[in-house]
This record gives sequence, C-alpha cells and structure tokens, in this order.
Amino acid sequence: MENKRKISFCDAINEALHQEMERDPNIFVYGGEGSIFGSNKGLKERFGSDRCFVTPIAEDSMTGFGIGAAINGLRPIFNHIRADFALITLNQLVNMGSTLCYGSGGEIKVPIVMRSAIGRGWGQGYQHSKSMQSVFAHFPGLKVIMPTTPYDAKGLLISAIRDDNPVICLEHRWLYWQEGYVPESSYTIPIGKGSVLKKGQDVTVVATSWMNVEAAQAAEILYKKQGVDIEIIDPRTLTPLDEEIILTSVEKTGHCVVADNDWVFCGFSAEVAAVVSEKCFYRLRSPVSRVGFAHTPCPTVRILENEFYPNAANIIRSIEKKLKLNPTDLSDENFYSHEHKFTGPF
Amino acid sequence: MNKSARAILNKKLYAGVYLIRKAEEFIVKNYPDNGMKTPMHMSMGQEATSVGVCEALGPRGQIVGTYRSHALFLAKTKDTKRFFGEMYGKVSGVANGKAGSMHLSSPEHGLVCVSAVVASTIPEAVGMAFANRMKQDDRVVAAFFGDGAMDAGVFWESLNFACLKRLPVLFVCEDNDLAVHVFAKNRQGFDSMIDLISQYNCVALEAEGTDVEQVHQLSVQILGLMKERNQPGFLHLKCYRYLEHVGVKEDFHVGYRSKEDFDSWFQRDPILVQRRKLLELGIQELEIVDIEQSLDKQAEEGVESAKTADFPDTKELFKGVFYGE
Repeated sequence: MENKRKISFCDAINEALHQEMERDPNIFVYGGEGSIFGSNKGLKERFGSDRCFVTPIAEDSMTGFGIGAAINGLRPIFNHIRADFALITLNQLVNMGSTLCYGSGGEIKVPIVMRSAIGRGWGQGYQHSKSMQSVFAHFPGLKVIMPTTPYDAKGLLISAIRDDNPVICLEHRWLYWQEGYVPESSYTIPIGKGSVLKKGQDVTVVATSWMNVEAAQAAEILYKKQGVDIEIIDPRTLTPLDEEIILTSVEKTGHCVVADNDWVFCGFSAEVAAVVSEKCFYRLRSPVSRVGFAHTPCPTVRILENEFYPNAANIIRSIEKKLKLNPTDLSDENFYSHEHKFTGPF
Repeated sequence: MNKSARAILNKKLYAGVYLIRKAEEFIVKNYPDNGMKTPMHMSMGQEATSVGVCEALGPRGQIVGTYRSHALFLAKTKDTKRFFGEMYGKVSGVANGKAGSMHLSSPEHGLVCVSAVVASTIPEAVGMAFANRMKQDDRVVAAFFGDGAMDAGVFWESLNFACLKRLPVLFVCEDNDLAVHVFAKNRQGFDSMIDLISQYNCVALEAEGTDVEQVHQLSVQILGLMKERNQPGFLHLKCYRYLEHVGVKEDFHVGYRSKEDFDSWFQRDPILVQRRKLLELGIQELEIVDIEQSLDKQAEEGVESAKTADFPDTKELFKGVFYGE
C-alpha cells in the first residue's frame, strides 16, 4: 500500500528529481560534484548528459550560468556537496539572482534551485560544515528551505523546482539515511508553511533540519523522566517564514526554545526569538532561549567537535532552566551518533 | 554589399550612434538640475561598439552589459521615453525607477540585464546561450564588458566553460584601457589580450571600435565564423571614454590622463566618423540634418515626458521582490 511506503530522505529527493525531470524537459541538474550522496543517481542515464552534467570547479560562474539559463526558460538545479563552497556563489545569488526580477520591473524570472548538503560528521572541520541558512535568508529575493523528513524533502523540492524564484535547499547529510513515509506519486508542500512535528503542551521547540531529530529525542527523554510535554515546530522554510505556526504554539505553551543547526549570533534563532518577543511577548512565561553551534570555527578533532555541536542534551538543559526543573539524569542515555554509518573519507 | 544597401545600413548605424550621443548630451545638460538622482556612467565616445554589434546580432540577439550601458539600452530599444523615465525615477521608466542608470534592461528587446558589479553578467550570457541551444533557438547572446572585467576570475571561468561547451555566445570587450582610473598596463600581467584569448577554443578578433560600420562588419564576420566553427567568439574593441568614470564631466584635471589623449581619439569620434562617411557615400547634407533633427526631437521628447511623468506610488517598494508578487 502506497501510504505505508517508507523510503530514505535521499531516495525521496532522488524520486522528486526523476519525477520532475520526466514532467518538465526544461529542468537540468549540474554542479561540481555529481551525486550528492546518491541523491542524483540514475538522472544522467535516464535524461542524458545535456540534462545532468558535472562542471568545472568554478562556483562563481556556474551560479551565473544557472541564472542565465533560468532567465531563458530553463529550470536549473545546481548542486553543492558542501554549503561552504556556496560562499563563492554569493555575488551571483545576491547581486544578480535575487535582484533581477525587482530590477526589471517584474519582467525577469529566475527559477533556479541551489541544493547543498550541510552538516557534520567525521572530522569535517571548519570549511566543510557550515549551514549558512541565515546568510541566504538575509537577502530579499531568495527563498530558503530546510527539509527534515523524507516526506518534506520530496514535496518541498518539487515546490522549489516549480517556483519562479531562486530557492536554496539545505539538506543535512545525517538526514539522508533517515526513513519515513513518502507517497510514490508527485506532490508539493507549499514553501512558507511550517509543520508541527510533535504536538505538546509545555514548551515550544522551534528546530531546523537535523536539530528536529535532536529535539525529538529531547522530547522523549523529558517526557519519560520529567513529564514535560514538548511541542516541536519545524518551520521547514526559512523564507518566507511561517510565523503563524510558531506564534500559535508559543501562545499555547508560553515557553520557546529555538534549536538551530547554525551559530546563534545574528542567526535564524535570533530572528525567531525577535519575532516571538515582538508578537507574543505578553504570553511568554520565560525569555526565548537559543541552542546552536559554539561561536567558533568548527574544529576537526572529535572531542572538540562534540563540544561545538548542540544535541538533545543541550535542548534538555535549556528547558530545565526555563521550567526550573531539577537536572535530568542523562547518564543512561545514548545521544545521536552516526559514526557507525560514517567513517570517511568524506 | 552594393552602394545603395551600404548607404541604407550606414544611415541606420548613424542614427543609432547619434541618438545615444544626443540623449547623453541631454543628460549632461539636465543632470545639474538634480532631477536624475542616479549615478551616471556615460557611454560617450563608446557608442559605436554597442550599435555595431547589436545591429549585427539583429533584433532577436540577446545582450547583457555593465553599468555603462546607456548606449546598449538605446541601441537595442531606441526608446528615449522609457530611458529618461528610468533616469528620472518615474513610472514611465523601465522599472519604475528601481533600476536607475546602472541597471537598465529591456528583456523584450533582448537587453536582458546589466550589472554595477564588474564582470557579474558575463556568466549569465553563457547560461542564456546554453538555454538557447537546448531550446534550438539560433539567436546569439553577447556579453559586453570592459577591459577591467578581464581582471576578474569570473570572466575566465565563463570563457572556459563557453569554450568547453561550444556555446553560441559572443564576448565583447569594450577596451577603454581604464578600470575607473587605472590603466590596463598597471593591472594586467600580460601584453596581448588577443594572443591570450586565442589559446582558448574560440574565435577571437580585434579592431578599433570607433567606426560603427567597421564594428558591424567585424561582428558579422565573427558571427559567421562562430557558426561555421561551432565556437564562442571574443571581440576586442579598442575605444575611449570621453567623460569621468562616473558623472557627466570631463576629468582631465584629475591627472591620470591628458586632454591630448582625448584630442587624438576625438579625431575618430564615432559620430563624426560616421557622419563623414554618409557624405562620402553621397548622402546629402540636408538628409543627414533631417535624420539628426528627428533624433534631437526624440531625445528631447524623452526628457520632457520623463519630467512630467509621475513618481511611483510608495507601495511599489514591495512589488516584484518575487516573480508575480
């Protein structure tokens, strides 16, 4: 039965690409690295090397190339194996892609999708680990999506491909192996609609990407050991942001933690904290708290890397402080580690 | 080309360069009134490159350019009303004043985009050419840029990729020898641009870009060779910027170049050269004056219509951030 089918996040993306490229001959996939953990598998064989190709390692021009192709009616999907490389795309994305519609009096459309893997694992260090959602989201004219579940990955990517504007799709590498319900048929999830990943009464946790997985574990432990019922909100898209779904939840719980897969300073978590403070200040029973990366470059060695990244324990400690709870005994808990699935060289 | 066809073509080319010169003279005249609140990077002296190449590309040809694109806009559109509308920031402009002088475009005429960040539109031209080929559309895309853009990595990346993919894109270097105030000899670690470019798998030609007919001929030639060899093209056109980098005045007092340079280039002024040619082709002075007067009127009407047009409604600020919104 279709509604029971479970596939991985990676396969959900791959299925979205196959279905969309079959539907629309204007879609093509390109970038410096071909596969992105296998999410592009089979595209070249099925659609040919004009519609799926590797390029020189030249992110600056290749971004402009995609924007130009989009202007003339194609729908490029530009791949990056690391968001750190996407820093080189910024002149093109920000000075060109995000402004052409506005500066042409609404005439020009730029339907390009830029996909990038983000996230940690096996000593990636400080140039293979950034997320940068707040950087992209800062600029008017760009849309930013960060799917967490396989279902959202497929539906949001299809929406991104059909969108007439530049869309940045950030995909955490640890999510690629997560499995979940994904319909076989094509479907879209509107860009700009968040989702309630878990209903709860006591505290709202707004989480992005992988931090939703950490939040889910935190919720399980806190419910079991402290009887605290967390509500998890996954905005799914950062721009446009579904403020409504966040505010509705915080109005109910009166407490808000933002767990962002990024640095907190000037980050997306600061934006959510500001929105919540501005729009439901009088329903808050505690200040908005933030959980994110340590404010350092990402170190390579495991013992420091573990200190750099937030996890479920950090979310739990943040909530304890908020609710004035005694510290939860976490000595018997196993926190997420994908080391058994991930041993390099990437 | 027979004499009468040549006369017709040259009259058209003259009208092209003359309209640009005249429109910019109106900018020089009216700019001090402070109605046009946008930084002007004037094309004056460089009109022939835009007109010659655009004429060879034909109306379906697509163009990207730079912040110095008054000439490109008028060469492509001839539309002084939308031109001045944008300069004055009025609803009659191309983008309700959101674009100004530095971001002129008219996609329906093939002027797709220009950029105030040096070299930034060059890769767009390559992508546009890729799309044209995918859609089996035989129009050619030309990327206009200055010699300063060749200091930027993205130029070389774009050239490389276009050559690799054999894309129908023409790179047009309008070489005025200056990046703002810095001469090429103080920026470039090579002697001959054309020798360097010729190492790539493309057709590369060069000439002085002051005689619009010659630019047109060279463009026709390179477009033919590009088609024949299935390769991109690179056109190196030497020219001279009459006015300051940004602004409407001469800048000989700054000291980086001399009035003598200007005097020498002015001997080959694109408008004078072409006017002389029309007379040599046997076109009567009266007919030339007729052409000029009609273009004077067109430029003036552009200014007047912009002055009287409305400013955009303030709600316009939020329109067009995303397509269709």
